[in-house]
Amino acid sequence: MNSLFRQRLPQLVTAGIFLLLFAAAGWRYHEVNFASAPNVANLFIGNACLGIIAVGMTLVIFSGGIDLSVGAVAAFTNIFAAVLIEKHGMNPLLVILASLAIGTAFGAAMGALIHYFKQPAFLVTLAGMFFARGCAYWMSTDSIDIHNELFLKLSRDTAKIGGDTIHPLPAYVFLVVLAFGYVLAQHTRFGRNLLAIGGNEQSALLMGLPVGVTKIAVYALCGAGAALAGLVSTLVSGGDSTYGIGLELDAIATVVIGGTLLTGGRGHMLGTLLGFLIIGTIQSAITFDGSLSSWWTRIITGALLLGFILFQRLLLRATQKRLP
Amino acid sequence: MAAVEPSTPPLLAMRGVGKKFPGVIALSGVDFTVRAGQIHALLGENGAGKSTLIKVLTGVYAPDEGDIRLASQPIRPASPRDAERLGISTVYQEVNLIPTLSVAENIGLGRQPGKFGFLNWSALRRHARIALARLEIEVDVDAELGSLPLAIQQMVAIARALDLQAKLLVLDEPTASLDEKEVDELFKIMRQLRVAGLGIIFVTHFLDQVYEVTDCITVLHNGEFVGEYPTAGLGRLQLVSKMLGREVSDEEGHAAEGGRSAAVGGRPSSETTVPLLEACQLGRRGAVHPLDLTLRSGEVTGLAGLLGSGRTETARLLFGIDRADTGEIKLRGQPMKISSPRAAVQKGLAFCSEDRKTEGILPNLSVRENIIFALQAKRGAWNTLSRAEQGRLCTHYIQALRIKTGSPETPIKNLSGGNQQKVLLARWLATQPALIILDEPTRGIDVGAKAEIEQLIAKLRADGVAVLFISSEIEEVVRNSTRIAVLRDRRKVAELSGGEMELHRLLHEMAGVAKTHE
Repeated sequence: MNSLFRQRLPQLVTAGIFLLLFAAAGWRYHEVNFASAPNVANLFIGNACLGIIAVGMTLVIFSGGIDLSVGAVAAFTNIFAAVLIEKHGMNPLLVILASLAIGTAFGAAMGALIHYFKQPAFLVTLAGMFFARGCAYWMSTDSIDIHNELFLKLSRDTAKIGGDTIHPLPAYVFLVVLAFGYVLAQHTRFGRNLLAIGGNEQSALLMGLPVGVTKIAVYALCGAGAALAGLVSTLVSGGDSTYGIGLELDAIATVVIGGTLLTGGRGHMLGTLLGFLIIGTIQSAITFDGSLSSWWTRIITGALLLGFILFQRLLLRATQKRLP
Repeated sequence: MAAVEPSTPPLLAMRGVGKKFPGVIALSGVDFTVRAGQIHALLGENGAGKSTLIKVLTGVYAPDEGDIRLASQPIRPASPRDAERLGISTVYQEVNLIPTLSVAENIGLGRQPGKFGFLNWSALRRHARIALARLEIEVDVDAELGSLPLAIQQMVAIARALDLQAKLLVLDEPTASLDEKEVDELFKIMRQLRVAGLGIIFVTHFLDQVYEVTDCITVLHNGEFVGEYPTAGLGRLQLVSKMLGREVSDEEGHAAEGGRSAAVGGRPSSETTVPLLEACQLGRRGAVHPLDLTLRSGEVTGLAGLLGSGRTETARLLFGIDRADTGEIKLRGQPMKISSPRAAVQKGLAFCSEDRKTEGILPNLSVRENIIFALQAKRGAWNTLSRAEQGRLCTHYIQALRIKTGSPETPIKNLSGGNQQKVLLARWLATQPALIILDEPTRGIDVGAKAEIEQLIAKLRADGVAVLFISSEIEEVVRNSTRIAVLRDRRKVAELSGGEMELHRLLHEMAGVAKTHE
């Protein structure tokens, strides 16, 4: 039991920080009902795209990789869908499928480059980021409003929570993606192979695990996630090729604050949910405060991130000290 | 020749296996036979082809020629996974598991129980517990592997290997990082498996372990098959001479001694002179047992021993690369602490590493930069050498050591191995050391360059430098040394000087067989 506790310590710490932050914000802004159900729901809705991307990023980081292209890929599918639907009047379902296929194929192609040419994921996905962002600008540099019936219907879908009306679809998408990611990571061979590859790729190879396929598949999944996030953002705010600049870095921060080791091999999908909640709580608290500027989100995120990296280093050192 | 009657078909039969790499014939015409219920030692010195043979067997390399049969069926494993499927499981020296995952996961990875692609965690844990219990290992299956002692990790690796319904278990230097008690545990498991009818291939450098646990020995030398022998019928001396690629009878041993030119090694200086460096009970757990070693100015001390006997480890302790657990070092009679290579350089020590590719040359820098590197480090960053001084030094050493290079500005990676080695020597000579440690300075270089390096050693000795000379070629050690310290199984077992330094005597000491009366 002790060993399980030890392994889960980063996630437990994250959970503790989240509860502390949420309680503090709830107490500080209790007159404006910070800790209310609608606010929590809005936290999920407002950050859904980040969350969806963070799930894919978690899987990639499990495998010891990184994907810097996700923000740009999301921007590409965002504008791609908007242009095809609004300017060319194409069937929205077809466009959704095509967008997801492009994101998946793009991710798979990067994965293949990383695996077969033994290139660092950082470089390949950095190139992918420039490429996808460029393609997004190429599609259109104007922002495009969506008038398509299906998209409007989806975005206007409402739910009642605590007396407030919200548009919950993005949050639903995120929760489904999260559940999918959780099951994939914890309860399938694929998920465990990812962690094995991140733990020691050479060993994974010698253990006879399908390293190449797994690596390519995880970038494909991450690309699909980014494409989905792009579609959700089109739904929420229309086509915009400047969407998601820096989103990849937010996603990495979310994953690391969630207690996943950036070098791979160790982590938990629920940690990413906690990281997501922490970042969401900070953002939401700053919005509620009104007197604080938005950059405080970044300053606090930065401090938390740094704290976490140091914490993991210490944890690692404590583990190693037990060796003879 | 085998211990078992030839009528039983062998579990593994490799015949005429050959493998070439660019410029190197790693294996040629190697036969290797393992029977069920047998622990078979695969032995040989560096470059003998053991690891290539293992890699051919486990599907890492494809052989260029030859034929492999497992239980009479021809096989050609294309990957480690393929080999595992055929029933050949391997446990490597470095534990090749995933340190960040739990013990249970490490045992089950790739073949976890479950349905429809979903894992059954409780079955996974149960399965792991059973696999470990079979080997009588007690360990928490939920523990993260990396937090466990290396020996336990090794056992987990074996549990994983056996879990694959293995017929043949390959143990590639599994004992290198284990202590005696842990080795005993491992041997217990190996004997258990032998009774269960597994074939076990055991690669090791420790001859005591070979005699303790194996039934049969196959010796390779320079990529060629030397022979297969029942362990009980092969004496240590015979074994060592086969590993070194020679058949030494008494007569030949003396003949080799006759070939030694007494002038090269020099006479031991009077014992009354103050030694340059004295190591007293210097040792490090897991590297070398405490040993005494005295190095004198104007003497070449040879360090002889088989691979893994602790030669390099001793040198690393002297130079402060590894920290000694016990003992002390005196320099010119003064106690001294060598805490880092940097401190050693400041005190006039120099170390020419065995592995020049990864620990020596800076491949993309020029010959000049490679030469001045250590001297500059010794002087400190602020006390730079002028370009003219650098040039003078380089020209001097390029001429003195006859380094064949286009110009001092040629990148060192373009030079031949022998010339790279000379540049490394020049690097250390430029610091004008009082003691230079040469770890395998002649490995992988051609005959001409070898002779030049030997001349250089003689010159250093004549100039009053203390030299510690390590080489796997024992004739070379005999030829160049003033005295020879012999290491065996990480202990210093003898120190020979003068007339005692002859091939036969040295082989006896290295093999650990008492020399009979002459």
